Amino acid sequence: MNWNQIRTVYGKEMRDALRDRRTLLSMLLVPALVIPGIMFAFTAVSLKVVKKAAEETPAVMIIGPGNSEPLQKALAGSPKLRLVPAASDYAQQISDKRIRAAVEIPPGFEADLAANSIATVKIYTYEGEMKSSFAAGEIDRILREFREAAVTRKLGERGLNASFVRPFEIKRQNVAPPEKVGGNLFGGFVPYLLIILSVVGAMYPAIDLTAGEKERGTMETILCSPVGRVELVLGKFLTVLTISLSTVVTSITSMALSAVGLVHLFAGKVGAGAKAVNAATGQQLPMVDPVGVLGVMVMVLPLAVVFSALLFSVSLFAKSHKEAQTYASPILFLTILPAMAAMLPGVELNAKLALIPVLNVSLIGKEMVSGSFRYDMMALIFGSSCLYGAAALAVAVRLFNRESVLFRT
Amino acid sequence: MIEAEGLTKVFRDKKRVEVRAVDGVSFRVEPGQIYGLLGANGAGKTTTLRLLATLLKPTSGAATVAGFDVVRQAHEVRKQVGFLAASTALYGRLTARETITYFGRLNGLGDPEIAVRTRRLTEELDMGEFIDRRTDKFSTGMKQKVSIARTLIHDPAVMIFDEPTLGLDVLAARTIVRFIRDCRERGKTVIYSTHVMSEVEKLCDVIGIVHGGRIRAEGTLDALRARFGQRDMEEIFVAAVGGESALARQDVPPATTR
Repeated sequence: MNWNQIRTVYGKEMRDALRDRRTLLSMLLVPALVIPGIMFAFTAVSLKVVKKAAEETPAVMIIGPGNSEPLQKALAGSPKLRLVPAASDYAQQISDKRIRAAVEIPPGFEADLAANSIATVKIYTYEGEMKSSFAAGEIDRILREFREAAVTRKLGERGLNASFVRPFEIKRQNVAPPEKVGGNLFGGFVPYLLIILSVVGAMYPAIDLTAGEKERGTMETILCSPVGRVELVLGKFLTVLTISLSTVVTSITSMALSAVGLVHLFAGKVGAGAKAVNAATGQQLPMVDPVGVLGVMVMVLPLAVVFSALLFSVSLFAKSHKEAQTYASPILFLTILPAMAAMLPGVELNAKLALIPVLNVSLIGKEMVSGSFRYDMMALIFGSSCLYGAAALAVAVRLFNRESVLFRT
Repeated sequence: MIEAEGLTKVFRDKKRVEVRAVDGVSFRVEPGQIYGLLGANGAGKTTTLRLLATLLKPTSGAATVAGFDVVRQAHEVRKQVGFLAASTALYGRLTARETITYFGRLNGLGDPEIAVRTRRLTEELDMGEFIDRRTDKFSTGMKQKVSIARTLIHDPAVMIFDEPTLGLDVLAARTIVRFIRDCRERGKTVIYSTHVMSEVEKLCDVIGIVHGGRIRAEGTLDALRARFGQRDMEEIFVAAVGGESALARQDVPPATTR
């Protein structure tokens, strides 16, 4: 192998690619501007929405308020609810978001309570709607308190202690460190993003350096020069890989910087929000392990080799940019599916899954960003990915030696 | 020196039917000689030249270029050959100088040597004004000059031209024709394909008339004139391929895969 030739080809292709506005666009501009832009906009909007939802006092209707004076009073006493007069079209009003929830006190509620027969109080909500569930949660809390008070009162009347019906308390305690919680929440997302970025980054240069060259008529020019086919493929392939990895690195750097920027910008609000979340759920805010993220980037490296070589081979077969794009899109889907499968809850890494490309890196990545490193699995996955990469590269070299591919009509 | 012996190339078309694009072609070109392959579109000219330039491998037959076998010593052959075709475009995002340097390096030349040769070629081809500009903004004539410099940077012994004047205006075409004559004067072996009769008359020492993948007639212009009893090249050509009806019947699928 002639390393000088590989270096010459690589140098020329890199220079050529970096002068191409479209390469720069996908490699630098999109990661550096679009990603932070989306992140800022998304955070700002979602913060605003959450804040607004939390601030708004939801309108709630009591159906049959006269059926229990004390319960009606308890509900009216909550500062987090705004009561509206009863109407028969409550379901429609909830759907129209004019009111957020309704609570129905059945007739004879007080009498049933006194007679120890079980009455049912219904809460009407709009499932999946945040403001509705806030309102329903508050109603639910008041109703439970009301029920507890009734139980305590009745026990007292019979001379019994409250612990008679509550012999013990239950408390849930989280032992997972915040990295683990974060790992489980968006652990699947980090490797997914890195994998997708490496494919997206490789796509344009892979097409441009093969089908693009055929289209522009420079393929014959280079093929009749004394550069070896292997050297030519490797020089071009390394260019694709470099651009692909640069896209990953710029995107990740840009995301990390945006995240830091976001925390600073929205510090007060996030802090307050986080406190509220922590108080409400008894959990800590999730985090990811930065060493793990770096580790995932290393694991993605051989995978990027596979994609670059695969995209390279497929687009070499094509005669034009357009044709190559048609062939390349299914590859993007091939990567998205297993990467998404890894985000499903309950899919856990074992030796068999460690051999499935993309899925294996996604799964180990999930563990790595949560700060747990299984070195045997990591070695197995890295090794198998390297093998796949070598195989894909061998295919590319073989194709480059076939005149039916190079001079396809 | 180029020697072809029974050179044959068989393609399969989309219906898997065999097409003999080049069918047992034999010829010989000496150094300091221009050999012209004259033929209509689809006659097999491009495929023949691609076989000589090692872009394609022959199905059967053999050829040597500057003493090297086109199949077994393809790499050596490419070092000895300058290949210029209408289909060999330039890298638009590189400057003329970068393009010439790139091909110099691929041919194993050192940078100091490339610099010296580039300076000489720039003078000879009058490229001083645009040598450091990107080629995508060039006129056809400017591009043609850069292409010539690209094929000459390693001073090859053999030059292969595949319809180099195709689509060029008169001025650019004349530059090419002058350049091909220069190559002969420098003692290079030149093979050249065209369907333009007048170019053949002006340039070629030996003419091979190709039709349906075979050489139908071969010789100097005078010999061909004597053999077919015609003065005009076009008439000679039509007679050599077996009359206009044979030309019209050329439903032989195109050998070029451009």
